[in-house]
Amino acid sequence: MKKLIDATADVVVDALRGMALTHPDDLQVDLENRVVLRGRPKADGKVAIISGGGSGHEPLHGGFVGEGMLDAACAGEVFTSPVPDQITAAIAAVDRGAGVLQIVKNYTGDVMNFEMAAELADAESGTEVRSVVTNDDVAVEDSTFTAGRRGVGGTVLVEKIAGAAAEEGRSLDEVTAIAERVNQNARSLGVALTSVTVPANGKPSFELGEDEIEIGIGIHGEPGRRREKIAPAREIARTMLEPILAELPGEGPVLLLVNGMGATPLLELYILAADAHAVLEEKGVEVARDLVGNYVTSLDMAGASITLLRLDEELTALWDAPVATPALRRGL
Amino acid sequence: MTSENTPVSELGLHELTTWLRRCTELIDENAPHLTDLDAAIGDADHGANMQRGFDAVAGILDGEYEDVQALMKKVGMTLVSSVGGASGPLYGTFFLRFATSAKGADALDLHALFAALQAGVHGIEERGKSMIGQKTMLDAWVPALDAYQRAGETLQGAVLAGAAGAQEGRDATGPMEATKGRASYLGERSVGHIDPGAASTALLWEALADVVRPGGPTPDGEADADGEAAS
Repeated sequence: MKKLIDATADVVVDALRGMALTHPDDLQVDLENRVVLRGRPKADGKVAIISGGGSGHEPLHGGFVGEGMLDAACAGEVFTSPVPDQITAAIAAVDRGAGVLQIVKNYTGDVMNFEMAAELADAESGTEVRSVVTNDDVAVEDSTFTAGRRGVGGTVLVEKIAGAAAEEGRSLDEVTAIAERVNQNARSLGVALTSVTVPANGKPSFELGEDEIEIGIGIHGEPGRRREKIAPAREIARTMLEPILAELPGEGPVLLLVNGMGATPLLELYILAADAHAVLEEKGVEVARDLVGNYVTSLDMAGASITLLRLDEELTALWDAPVATPALRRGL
Repeated sequence: MTSENTPVSELGLHELTTWLRRCTELIDENAPHLTDLDAAIGDADHGANMQRGFDAVAGILDGEYEDVQALMKKVGMTLVSSVGGASGPLYGTFFLRFATSAKGADALDLHALFAALQAGVHGIEERGKSMIGQKTMLDAWVPALDAYQRAGETLQGAVLAGAAGAQEGRDATGPMEATKGRASYLGERSVGHIDPGAASTALLWEALADVVRPGGPTPDGEADADGEAAS
């Protein structure tokens, strides 16, 4: 393992310290609770939105704290959900009297810890807490598994669009409904070119041959649907988009997110984006909005995921609304 | 831990504290193994998470506790607050329910211990919305409870049977297909791997067996051999 770290046990808090130092005006970092908060808190009477999960997916979630998006993010250990204490600390810090929406990726640990935190917050302070569980990954079938699909790239789109709705002053019911609608209209699939190395483990989580790729990989290095020989990006784009389109609901234009998994350069992501555009054009799907870059990563894994979100007028307007966070900034 | 030849007939604060210390030792020794099991079907963090949690538990054992409930509640809260992942809420809920069941008791006899363990396991089922047969820690907990109940004449015999049941249950998760937890995302590809949660549960039972076993805890080597047998 070759990584820029000081101590494997301290990687999360050391990274948060760096975030605090590099964004002194935009963020407040509660190092004790490992919660990233807005530097300029939201006004009273507006719904607050928190998210969080295991660390190692940066910029998710701390990089999306700021005006127009999240009010707080809870950083768990690497690939491990935050604990209820962290989440209740975040809820208490951001509640402005209009309730709190939690955006939770569908992993067993995340769901349970956020559920416990919501129960505790309700019992201790009466704060109304809602949860939306994102599950946009089409790699694993949900028909027979009650655990369902995983939450991956679509989470960023849910956070952005629900964040814009909360900023407009919509109610907790309305913001929750928007978040659910984005989740229901988003589908993703990821591909790994290399394994991930978790610092605490110190060795690659899985073996992948030099000429192999894994289709449908999870963002924690969980194996995917199958292995294939590496192919030109245009073939990989097709391999990824076909199952996404097969499960994408509705009709009309889409938002295309081409997301890097951490160790794939933008050069390659733009190639994949161009290929995705070509496949979508061929299939008669209009790409109305794009986002290309590293947004939901998996430490040092090379690879990419593609997310499509079916847009309508309301979702498009909320997507276009101003946002000012370390990792996504537009119009502010 | 007990003196050489007196069988333990009930678990008081002293014995429960000894159990938890032994859990910490076994988790520490087996953390890399638990992480390897998790890397095969999950996200390679189970060993590190359990180690962090039980290190935190070790830190609260020197405190003063009024009764069994107070100790076990503190253990549960400590695990929930330090483990994370699915294991934090699941093991945390186990000890919190165990505590509630032990309310008012200074020590747990054969029947009270069964009631407490059973309450804890029900807690795991509720929190995880899971049941036996889904390749989770319950596949070690439930056979352990069954074996305990079947053996049940002496506390010592029941706990030793329970530990054996937990090991059998753990090993039986190998051929199962996961339908719950993160391993379920793999579906049939989870087959052939021991469930890491079932493996850590078997360690907790092994630690409990060490407390009631004549002569106290076995040498570390034996526990290691059991851990290895899981791979």
